[in-house]
Amino acid sequence: MSLLKIDELEKSYTADKRILKDINFEIKAGEFVSIIGPSGAGKSTMLRCINRMVEFNDGKIIFNNHDVGSLNKKELRKLRTDIGMVFQHYNLVPRLTVIENVLHGRFGYKTTLQGLMGRYSEKEKEDAFRLLEKLGIHEHAYKRCDQLSGGQQQRVGICRALIQEPKLILCDEPIASLDPNSSKIIMDLLKSISKEMGITCLVNLHQVDVAQHYSDRIIGLNDGEIVFDGKGIELSVEQINKIYGTKAKDLITS
Amino acid sequence: MNEKTMRKSRWQTVIFLLIIIVLTYLSSAITSFNFIDGVATIPKAIGWMLSNLLVTQETLDKLPNILEKLAETTFMSIAATTIAAVVSLFLGVLGSKTTKVNNFLSVFARFIASVSRNIPVVAWSLVLLISFGQNSVTGFLALFVGTVGFLTRAFIESIDEANQSSVEALTATGSTYFQIVGKAVIPQCLPQMISWVLFMVETNIRSATLVGILTGTGIGYTFDMYYKMLNYNAVALVTLCIVITVIIVDLISNYVRKVIL
Amino acid sequence: MEATYIKRKKDGRINIKWGNKGDRVLRWTLVVLTILTVVSFLFFNYAGLELGSAIRETAYNLNVMFLEPALSHLDLGEAMYQVVVTLSLAFLATVIGAIIAFFLSLMAATNLAPVGVTRIVRVFVAIIRAVPTVLWVLIFAIAAGLGSEAAVLGMLFHSIAYLVKAFSEAFEEVDKGILEALRSIGADWWHIVKSGVLPSTFTYLLSWIFLRFEINFGVAVAMGAAAGAGGIGFDLFMASGFYFDMREVGFITYAILIVAFLLEVISTRLKKRYFPATTE
Repeated sequence: MSLLKIDELEKSYTADKRILKDINFEIKAGEFVSIIGPSGAGKSTMLRCINRMVEFNDGKIIFNNHDVGSLNKKELRKLRTDIGMVFQHYNLVPRLTVIENVLHGRFGYKTTLQGLMGRYSEKEKEDAFRLLEKLGIHEHAYKRCDQLSGGQQQRVGICRALIQEPKLILCDEPIASLDPNSSKIIMDLLKSISKEMGITCLVNLHQVDVAQHYSDRIIGLNDGEIVFDGKGIELSVEQINKIYGTKAKDLITS
Repeated sequence: MNEKTMRKSRWQTVIFLLIIIVLTYLSSAITSFNFIDGVATIPKAIGWMLSNLLVTQETLDKLPNILEKLAETTFMSIAATTIAAVVSLFLGVLGSKTTKVNNFLSVFARFIASVSRNIPVVAWSLVLLISFGQNSVTGFLALFVGTVGFLTRAFIESIDEANQSSVEALTATGSTYFQIVGKAVIPQCLPQMISWVLFMVETNIRSATLVGILTGTGIGYTFDMYYKMLNYNAVALVTLCIVITVIIVDLISNYVRKVIL
Repeated sequence: MEATYIKRKKDGRINIKWGNKGDRVLRWTLVVLTILTVVSFLFFNYAGLELGSAIRETAYNLNVMFLEPALSHLDLGEAMYQVVVTLSLAFLATVIGAIIAFFLSLMAATNLAPVGVTRIVRVFVAIIRAVPTVLWVLIFAIAAGLGSEAAVLGMLFHSIAYLVKAFSEAFEEVDKGILEALRSIGADWWHIVKSGVLPSTFTYLLSWIFLRFEINFGVAVAMGAAAGAGGIGFDLFMASGFYFDMREVGFITYAILIVAFLLEVISTRLKKRYFPATTE
């Protein structure tokens, strides 16, 4: 059974430029899927259509048997609690502690007032610590987020997504701002999360080799169109060329 | 930079200086300001201050009365600033492009801020005095209105500068609007905002003196009274008390600012 | 076995804040301000206050002010002339203030003057700032007689204090390398200022001066009203405090608003043109 089904998705910000053109794909529960493509291909926009951070113009997105496009405000909030999101720039609140940032992931389950007062149950707090421990940053729990390194901040970002108890995690270029070492740690973590916890991952990536190494499946996007959809090993040089245009060579050798 | 542009910029500087000189001359003519007289006054004035503005033993008797009025003025300034800050927080959130609810309310908030900032505090004091009478509430409201204008603009700028990415992240977790404002935006801007509030407390204590002279309340009225009675020793004491208060507030707010920013 | 990295409150609940000094001071500041605000309403002198009728009357007065502005005690030409007088007072205080502030700020900038000197100048400036402008004007009025001299001199003090702070901060941001290079070729102090410091900060200084001019216009209005220093402020005071003529108050307020608005627009333009990066 598919967890996510996208049908003839269309998105354009201005009348003359289409960002996404006729996107169709399905993702099964538990899959680890990478979306690759050059910058400006529409990867970020596509990811944000799934939880309606960006409103799409046409087509249909079915997530967990819900028609995403037709949800009202309250239902959309409910939907977003099922979808975690991890960002390139981590998007943490810099002045707050690590543990507070992680607990922000629970807001979707709370009333406005509970959230504003910072009323978290002891179980939620313990869960937050368990996640921090799992990701190896529990020692920094009471530090301010802006005192952490990039890799550590990204792990906080992942914890915030996980504490939502999501069915799907959307990762928008999670390693684009990190050094190779931290990148490997983050990708390993995402992979193990997907495997152990059975959470579906949809990851935007720049690097073909990383995508090939980690994903069950790769979707290649170029200029708003899907030009490849298959297993990593099926990805040939011509197809990489098709995805990246002429820039392909630099990407593979580097 | 070649010779030609250098010459051009030199000409610009000369013309600019000429304009300033002409304007200065015109301004002095219009206001019948005599520069030489003005300069000559300074030593005279300082000499006068040193010989007349002395705190004498008998003026010290007035100290309790002065301190009471000073306390009233200081408290009034703090209250006006704090309550204005609460109102400005709402207007600032509505007005900032990061957190606005819709365009109409955003423009509305900015409009309120602009009007209340640009109408001089003098006008507010005088208008309020007519109906509210000679009491603290008049001064409080006059300061309040001007402070709302200033703080709203400052808060809008602080919120605009705050990192917008955490707003995106909280939206994606399914947070409500108020959760996002309260937990992603405000924590980032709070130190900056408090710093502005402290600045306004200090400014308002000084403005309160002015408002007091106009509305006949607080320390401003005390000053004006002794001033008109030509009791310059008491004038000196009042001034000294104000200076000490402002400096104390300044020191405290500098300390707080250093720790929180 | 409880993990040691979890911090608990006394009642056993898990802590999620770990109050560092900044957070603690921030919270205390908020608490103290709130308490002082509540207390201050007890201190207020409510003599002769009838809130209901006062609010109604003020609403009525504001209505008359803003919807039926008119001049009765002075004609349009006179009003405009008084606005120009106010602008002139502000202009004089700004220009003279800027010149004095320039020299003082050279002594207040830590990279141009010895530490001892900068400290003295800064303390001096802080004391000047602590005396409200209206008191400066009134004190000068005793010594010099009430007139433009007292007004300009009184307004000068805060202009100087404000600009010294802004200028010296601008000077301190001048690239160290430039100063060192000039010192190494044996340039004297004045030469360093003229060819090292001034060129890189000049537009910055101008923009601060203009901002102060904008502020001084408001100050000049206030001085006219509170210290009788002339200009449109004095007419505003007379219209409201003497004639109780809300229509005229309204007209004068509009005039002041328009000038203030124009100055704000010009200064935003200047800022955008000369240093678009900063929005302060």
